[in-house]
Amino acid sequence: MNIPFTQHTLENGLRVIIHEDRRLPMVAVNLWYHVGSKNEHPGRTGFAHLFEHLMFEGSQHYDKGYFHPLQEAGAALNGSTNPDRTNYWEVVPTNALDLALWMESDRMGYLLPALTMQKFETQREVVLNERRQNYENRPYGLSTSAIVAALFPSDHPYHWMTIGETADLKAATFDDVREFFRTYYHPSNASLVIAGDVDTDDALERAKQHFDEIPPGPKPAPLDLTAEITGERRLLLEDRVELPRLYLSWHSPAMFTDGDAEMDLLSDLFANGKVSRLYKGLVYERRIASEVMAFQNSRELGGFWQVLATAAPGHSLVEVHQAIDEELARLTEEGPTEDEMHRGHAQVEAQFVYRLQTLGGFGGKADQLNAYSVFVNDPGYFERDLARYAGVTQLDLHHAVRKYLRTDNRVVMSVVPRGKLSLALPDSTPAVVS
Amino acid sequence: MTRADRTRLPAVGPLLPFRFSRIEKDRLTNRLSLWSAEHRTLPVVAFILVLPSGSAADFEGYEGLAAITADMMDEGTGNLSAIDVNAAFGRIGAHLETEVSADATVFTVTSLAKFARQALTLFADCIIRPRLAEEDFDRIRELRLTRLVQIRDMPSAIADRAFMQVVYGTHPYAHMALGTEESLRQLTIETVKTFHSRLYRAPNATLIASGDIGADEFRRIAADTFGSWPQGAPEIPDDAAIVPPPFAPVHRLVIVDKPGSAQSEIRIGEVGLARDTPDYHQLIVLNMILGGQFVSRINMKLRQEKGLTYGARTAFDFRRGRGPFVLQTSVQSDGTGEAIRSSLLEIDAIRTDRPPTAEEVEVAKAALTRGYPRNFETAEQIARAMAQLVLYGLPDDYFDSFTSRVSGVTVDGARQAASTHLHPDRLATAIVSDSSIVLPQLAAAGLGEPTPLLPRL
Repeated sequence: MNIPFTQHTLENGLRVIIHEDRRLPMVAVNLWYHVGSKNEHPGRTGFAHLFEHLMFEGSQHYDKGYFHPLQEAGAALNGSTNPDRTNYWEVVPTNALDLALWMESDRMGYLLPALTMQKFETQREVVLNERRQNYENRPYGLSTSAIVAALFPSDHPYHWMTIGETADLKAATFDDVREFFRTYYHPSNASLVIAGDVDTDDALERAKQHFDEIPPGPKPAPLDLTAEITGERRLLLEDRVELPRLYLSWHSPAMFTDGDAEMDLLSDLFANGKVSRLYKGLVYERRIASEVMAFQNSRELGGFWQVLATAAPGHSLVEVHQAIDEELARLTEEGPTEDEMHRGHAQVEAQFVYRLQTLGGFGGKADQLNAYSVFVNDPGYFERDLARYAGVTQLDLHHAVRKYLRTDNRVVMSVVPRGKLSLALPDSTPAVVS
Repeated sequence: MTRADRTRLPAVGPLLPFRFSRIEKDRLTNRLSLWSAEHRTLPVVAFILVLPSGSAADFEGYEGLAAITADMMDEGTGNLSAIDVNAAFGRIGAHLETEVSADATVFTVTSLAKFARQALTLFADCIIRPRLAEEDFDRIRELRLTRLVQIRDMPSAIADRAFMQVVYGTHPYAHMALGTEESLRQLTIETVKTFHSRLYRAPNATLIASGDIGADEFRRIAADTFGSWPQGAPEIPDDAAIVPPPFAPVHRLVIVDKPGSAQSEIRIGEVGLARDTPDYHQLIVLNMILGGQFVSRINMKLRQEKGLTYGARTAFDFRRGRGPFVLQTSVQSDGTGEAIRSSLLEIDAIRTDRPPTAEEVEVAKAALTRGYPRNFETAEQIARAMAQLVLYGLPDDYFDSFTSRVSGVTVDGARQAASTHLHPDRLATAIVSDSSIVLPQLAAAGLGEPTPLLPRL
């Protein structure tokens, strides 16, 4: 099982990866820029994402909205920004490949001449509304913002959320836009995948026709920052919610490094699905929580592992906290069972196969090739990625729990209904959210 | 090597042909319908069980029954507890998903092909022989009641409820699948057993397979697993499709007051059309122009021109009966009056002084047809597509003929769909926001005084 590909690097440094899959008459174009909110600076947050919006507002040779010609050609398209990278994609009928390449290359090579103050100001308003809709007006929506601010020190680039702080977005200037584009949006900081109903040589030729002319830029220096927590920090956050919720967060291994797969497997085993330990203990048997979840947030500079539980009506976060710590202590003491390992491996194997079904879009094969290209410098990493999960033993997982999930190196945050501070865990201090 | 010509956009070629997989149909002796479409690209199979009874079939006063019944299906069977069932699916990396809409209850099982038999065996046990134990029911109902409590602070869920309530009044489409606190408290495990025994019957159901499995193999496995489902007399519930929805909304403008809201959540719409309307393809073209894609009039106006929102869209929800037409958006609170006024203007304009243009119709048709094949990549997408055929009685060649049906829509057809099926005088608007900020804007925009509403929860 794999995603077969060929890879070429153009003279300007652009990586071009081509994958043939002729099942349906369509092609996925996927372009990653190795820039995200981690390349921002305090006081200037939210910029990478705001910039992503501007990439859809037209470029020098087609200075109208980016969506119109592509939707008319039958394309699906979108983009997204996270702390580590920004991606753009189109899925087009085979005979619209040139159009997609033309549009992507025009905004890579010729964005700034078409950028106006008016586009900038409108998209800033759109982003502020995106922030209100998806974070401020959503129950528990600002929790992650408060947690990363506590896990990472203020000069660490994971200290802020990709959506950015409202004051920073309002303070962003037009000059910032130009500088950001010149630094990060050029061929040597990007990776292009063309996947689908194409012939490899022909697709490469088309990529060259569109991207060769764009001059390279300086490769941004990699960041190297670490963060740690010593002790348990207890925070509280008031929100427009009915039920209190507890979040426990720990630093964890960076994406694709030793221990990352263990923590990912651990999330499911511990709190995802009815058969997980926390669901069984807290929701099914004791009924003190109404929902539980865990995640390994894998990132380039370092990850964080998180578990959350919402109290059932009539039950307190103190009870919930104690129950989670009991389950954690049991796992730390006894390690995972053979059946848990079997399920974890079976689910990972199935997931890896399921995700090969989709060519483009977020998480499709083109996106996977680029993730491997940008983060481990090897688009062919699929099999090794699967192997790193398949190779996790009972002992490895037990070791990871002991190493990372201690009670003296975590952030414990209570989210409580407004005005009901007494529902938080004792000794919690108000979290900082902007 | 030639360099790209930047003086114009590259031309795109003609519409490319697409054919849906061949559909095989069969029936077990207990009259369970079997549909399958082979799609051998990866070792994956998807199974879908369709029951044509959803929340609109809830017994009156027992809203939430269809959904809680579906939810009880993986809560234990035979010697297996809820935990055991989920562990068993986990051991083969398979998933069971449950969805209850107004029209249907749909279960989806995705599995690796090598575990197809195991997955279907377990799935059949869940559906045919669920434990339906009182203690499990109590827990599941408690979780659903808790969900209702949490929804109080979810503006989008509140807006959906307020909108459906004012547009549908007492019609079966007025309530959400989850039900209300009052109706959930009426439910007992006995009501669930009754609903299950009446509606979860082989002759009512269709089992669909897609992916790395042939029709013969599917039939053998289905016979071995679902063959033991008692036939019983087929019973089709009172169908909401035959209940006429109200002609006019209960109120034209309502507000659910949420002091301190960061935005205003807005729904604007009316009773729309059923899936069997002869104007279906005209309406989907019209919707693309009005609010069905990024470059639609509504999104361009509210987002790209005014920056009032992250996005705005419209949709016709075609059901067996007449589902809603709705515009939905979430806008900055101080732009609420302006957003509503602009939206109403756009809906009115597309049927009067700014009808769809020839260019808009061409773009909409191209957007719907040229990328059509991407809807059929995965085993699950193909199975879901077949479920649509089952639910709405569409012909087997529907997906093959879709692009020609859409291509046949004329500018006049789209214009007529707008003037016939959009009714500015019947539109209802529901707002979830901070009243103190919004009321003066509504007055200033000439929208009048909204009726305060507390949606049923």
